Amino acid sequence: MQRTEALINLVEVIAIRKLVKDYGNLRAVDGIDLSIQKGEVYAFLGPNGAGKTTTVEILEGLRPRTSGEVEVLGLDPWKDNKKLIRQLGVIPQDFKFFDKITPKEAVAFYAGLFGKRADADAILKKVRLEDKASDRYETLSGGQKQKMGLALALVNEPAVLFLDEPTTGLDPQARRSIWEVIRSLRSEGRTVFLTTHYLEEAQLLADRVAIINHGKIVATGSPEDIIREHGRSEVLSLQAPPKLADYLRSKLDLPVRAEDHTVDVELNSNEDVLRVLTLVQQSGIPWTGVSTRQDTLEDVFIRLVGKTTESGDVGPTALGGSK
Amino acid sequence: MSPRRVYLNLGVFAKGYLRSRVGLFFALVFPVILILLFGAIFSNSSTTSVDVYVQNLDHNSPLSLQFLEALNSTKVVHLHFVSPSVGNLSKWLAANDQSDGLVIPAGFAAGYFNKTPVNLTVITNPQDATTSGIVYGAVDGVANYFNLQRANGTVILNVQQLSPPTLGGQSFQYIDYLVPGLIGFSVLTSPMFSMVNISSEYKKEKLFRQLSLTPLTKSEWLSSTIIWYIILTLVSTVIMVAVGQGAFGAKVTLSPLMLPFLVLGPILFTSLGLLAGSISKDPETAAVIGNIITFPMMFLSGTFFPVSLFPPWLVTVAHVLPLFYVIDGLNAAMLYGNVGTALFDMAVVGILALILFIASVRVFQWREN
Ligand SMILES: Nc1ncnc2c1ncn2[C@@H]1O[C@H](COP(=O)(O)OP(=O)(O)OP(=O)(O)O)[C@@H](O)[C@H]1O
Ligand SMILES: [Mg+2]
Repeated sequence: MQRTEALINLVEVIAIRKLVKDYGNLRAVDGIDLSIQKGEVYAFLGPNGAGKTTTVEILEGLRPRTSGEVEVLGLDPWKDNKKLIRQLGVIPQDFKFFDKITPKEAVAFYAGLFGKRADADAILKKVRLEDKASDRYETLSGGQKQKMGLALALVNEPAVLFLDEPTTGLDPQARRSIWEVIRSLRSEGRTVFLTTHYLEEAQLLADRVAIINHGKIVATGSPEDIIREHGRSEVLSLQAPPKLADYLRSKLDLPVRAEDHTVDVELNSNEDVLRVLTLVQQSGIPWTGVSTRQDTLEDVFIRLVGKTTESGDVGPTALGGSK
Repeated sequence: MSPRRVYLNLGVFAKGYLRSRVGLFFALVFPVILILLFGAIFSNSSTTSVDVYVQNLDHNSPLSLQFLEALNSTKVVHLHFVSPSVGNLSKWLAANDQSDGLVIPAGFAAGYFNKTPVNLTVITNPQDATTSGIVYGAVDGVANYFNLQRANGTVILNVQQLSPPTLGGQSFQYIDYLVPGLIGFSVLTSPMFSMVNISSEYKKEKLFRQLSLTPLTKSEWLSSTIIWYIILTLVSTVIMVAVGQGAFGAKVTLSPLMLPFLVLGPILFTSLGLLAGSISKDPETAAVIGNIITFPMMFLSGTFFPVSLFPPWLVTVAHVLPLFYVIDGLNAAMLYGNVGTALFDMAVVGILALILFIASVRVFQWREN
């Protein structure tokens, strides 16, 4: 329903057409097209080195592009940088700040630079950093630094936020508090462009998702659309000997697979569940467990990208992947 | 350029600087240590004895020989005798490439016994503050002793020092040159070393990127940084002058003519440091480039020793170093009160500062290309 609402008053906030970025001989971004509407949370997914940060930094005006067209809020990010920056909130990948400055001082500094009256305590509370408000940046933990980055991105009440892996390296609680902030930004009508390696995060937060691989977009749409389009159909899984598979194949027109002690039946509709279970009952073959399984965004992602995001990232995604 | 943003950034920069303390040590404490150290070493006359050429016009009277023997026994001077027939001793010294001399006048002994004042003339090289101080001090000391013997300290033997008119009849000691020299030293080193480091470190740590995501501009950032180094320079100048005067009686004065150098100098060297850091790929290269620029300037611009003591070819080298004009100008302002020289030096420093400010703002990049 949210989505249809958004469709009614489409305002294109970010427009990317045929964007190309070369680093010497390396084509990091290879002709991508994207259109992001006002009020969307848009997740940008892709394996390491896919070109996410490069794209985001071009949108933020931090890098010039090789060719193509880019507009953010109707401005050219590279040329109109100083004008655009007033309406942007940014957490760069690996956010860094001055060692000796505290989060509270940093927020006040940013507020002054942007000419905003900001309540530093309220902002730090929002990102759950109030306990460390007066500690120097150099003494903060990685996750706390990341939260400070988010606090700074909020100071100027931006219309568009670019969050490059805002939750990487955070504990589950901290990650949830950042999700909370992203949801509240969305409810305030702000546009959020988010890159992440956590597919669970994209599935939970994003209105729409784009998957980028080797500088090319390989899928776009809502997580449900992508799963529907690229995912396999729902599967009924039984813990049973392979002879059950043979029995089912002889009675059913559905694809059946047997592996180890598991028999998988691909389902076309909900009625198929009852048909399969009735046949199982009739076969008289003993079985120990039954479940249904649907592809997650992660399953689709892995299929599209052809590998896991990166061995180090499997932990958290695997966590999110188990439903 | 928004003064408000310059001010805000100045606040954050100053906090970082003050909290790290290393910079503060090098900006404020280190120059004072140098003044105390060099002042102590060179104001002691423990250096090797100085050749002094004596012209005795008192016909080798016993008293004059007694006086010279007393002078010889101080061991800080080594006496040579010049015949009265050569005429004017100053001219003779110049002709013979010597600098220090003493004239015992005719009627020296008679005047001493009759308690009528007698003038002893000491000739020294005014550009060599150290030796001239030693010679004058030795002759004056012996004369005082003789005065004490004969007349309970009433001045009979009066020591005059011959000095060129450009110095307004004043003579300067090593410490007098050391104070402006070391002010120049700190004008150079405190912005240079930290800017070279900061600019390459900020680039590596993506802190410029972070600042570029705010309305702050490059020139606002650089301006606030420069203002910080001007403040540091002014504070450190006042401290150094106070220490020089207090500990060694340096004859330096705080003059408004110094101010342009204390403002333009930091502009010049902050910009130069930023430029050096910006053209370097990484902090290590930046440190090397920074040292290559800084070290020759640190020693050859008149910081520790007046340039006038250098051999001619080194004087030529000094004249191409920007810091030379800062120190030369500070000498003109603090010692000689020479407005003409100060204005010329000011113009040189001002033009260089302007060029380097513009160049560094252009060369240094907030964003990656
Ligand atoms: N400054 C640079 N110079 C040269 N090559 C670069 C530069 N920045 C990125 N690249 C290259 O461009 C490609 C895309 O990098 P990018 O940082 O955009 O990837 P990413 O999708 O953000 O990856 P990650 O998930 O690891 O953050 C990589 O192959 C990378 O090596
Ligand atoms: Mg990245």
